[in-house]
Amino acid sequence: MDNKAHTALDAIAVKIERASGNVPPLLHEIRHALALLLDHGESTCIDLKSMPLAPGEEERIVAALGSGEVHAEVDALGLSEIAETAFPGVWVVSHCDERGAIQARFIEVTQVPDVLRSQHSDIADGLARLTTRLTVDG
Amino acid sequence: MSHDETRLIDHLRARGVSRRGFLKFCAALTSAMALPPSMVTVVAAALEKARRPSVIWLPFQECTGCTESITRAHGATIEQLIFEAISLDYQHTLQAAAGDAAELARHEAMQANWGKYLLVVDGSVPLGNPGFSTIAGQANADMLTEAAKGAVAIIAVGSCASFGGIPMANPNPTGAVPISQIVRDKPIVNVSGCPPIPIVITSVLTHFLTFGKLPELDHLGRPKVFYGESIHDRCYRRPFYERGQFAESFDDEGARKGWCLYKLGCKGPVTYNACATVKWNNGTSFPIEAGHGCIGCAEPNFWDRGGFYDALSVTHWGTPKDVAIAAAAGIAIGATAAVLARRKQAAASKEIKP
Repeated sequence: MDNKAHTALDAIAVKIERASGNVPPLLHEIRHALALLLDHGESTCIDLKSMPLAPGEEERIVAALGSGEVHAEVDALGLSEIAETAFPGVWVVSHCDERGAIQARFIEVTQVPDVLRSQHSDIADGLARLTTRLTVDG
Repeated sequence: MSHDETRLIDHLRARGVSRRGFLKFCAALTSAMALPPSMVTVVAAALEKARRPSVIWLPFQECTGCTESITRAHGATIEQLIFEAISLDYQHTLQAAAGDAAELARHEAMQANWGKYLLVVDGSVPLGNPGFSTIAGQANADMLTEAAKGAVAIIAVGSCASFGGIPMANPNPTGAVPISQIVRDKPIVNVSGCPPIPIVITSVLTHFLTFGKLPELDHLGRPKVFYGESIHDRCYRRPFYERGQFAESFDDEGARKGWCLYKLGCKGPVTYNACATVKWNNGTSFPIEAGHGCIGCAEPNFWDRGGFYDALSVTHWGTPKDVAIAAAAGIAIGATAAVLARRKQAAASKEIKP
């Protein structure tokens, strides 16, 4: 769409009043999960796709959780963004495809999301590659 | 053509996918199959052992919209990876081979995988005259009967294969029937929609690939996990319905405020599909979010049940009592949507746990 078309659309006075009402309950669910993690060490994962959310509500949830100390990216089958929120132990994990489109988005209430851990078979592959390189290089 | 014993994980590894990438793939798949996130490790463990199933796809009286739906995605989407992960041995719209070579490939694949292959069908089958729709000179009904004999299960993709669809619409000039009226001795999964949501199609394949069995089905043979709740139940505009705030035309104040589209003909209260949560175009949106009511394309005979822009109360989607019950259920469910979502997932989880 060109800029002219954008201007024409912007000229239409559309006032969107949409809300599913699911944002506050979800934030309470996260609060309960955080207490569970603190008291019993039990992790919780919430799939944001499982909720009926109005346009903009997912962004509202993420904005309400804020930004914390840790941001990481995993480059495997497209980028995954793992960000700790302003509430330690609450993470937003977004899995994107190779075009950057979000394939799945989770709120993980845990100490470290699993996707950040090095995996046993990848470590084994890495060990084999390093061993080969040292053998070849002498 | 020999039976393909390649494991899915070997196929992904050959593509350069790391274990971490595989886990990410499983997390996205688990979400796509509407399973709870706690099932990721179960899905991963099952997929590690899964072998690539042979799939034979027969398109009959169809518009290719279903094939378009599943193949439109570009890049390494989950749909595409799953599509690559199966051994698609025959699909005459997509394959390079044509004519006798294509039919030979189909017969070889059927023979090599007899009793094990999945048969995917899109389109209805004409019974009015065998010549109305043929492939390589063979009538659709004959080809279906022949291919169904060696299939472990059949997946009817789209509303035409599931319920007859537009070809069966009044006056049904070709005598079109759905797959279930011809094949009666094999399990059939109906993945209805015009077209179905691509990830719903691939999720049924994935469920079979992962757990070695078909998902739980509703009374119309559709996977409950995707068709278990109505569009209305899961619609973000439902609170407006409950408050009686309706758009009366497509450009009035109510439409601009995103109010409920019930009076503009939305069939959401009587249509069971996952559009409101899974959405379309990589999760971007769905018709109601774009400002147009649901046309009910995942339901039987949707084409013949009155105008798309007539309110449910004046169309042929059931008695006013049915509509009222559906709407009332929507209200009740609406108040606890999140709780029900968890229950649904828990039930699905319980069903597939070994």
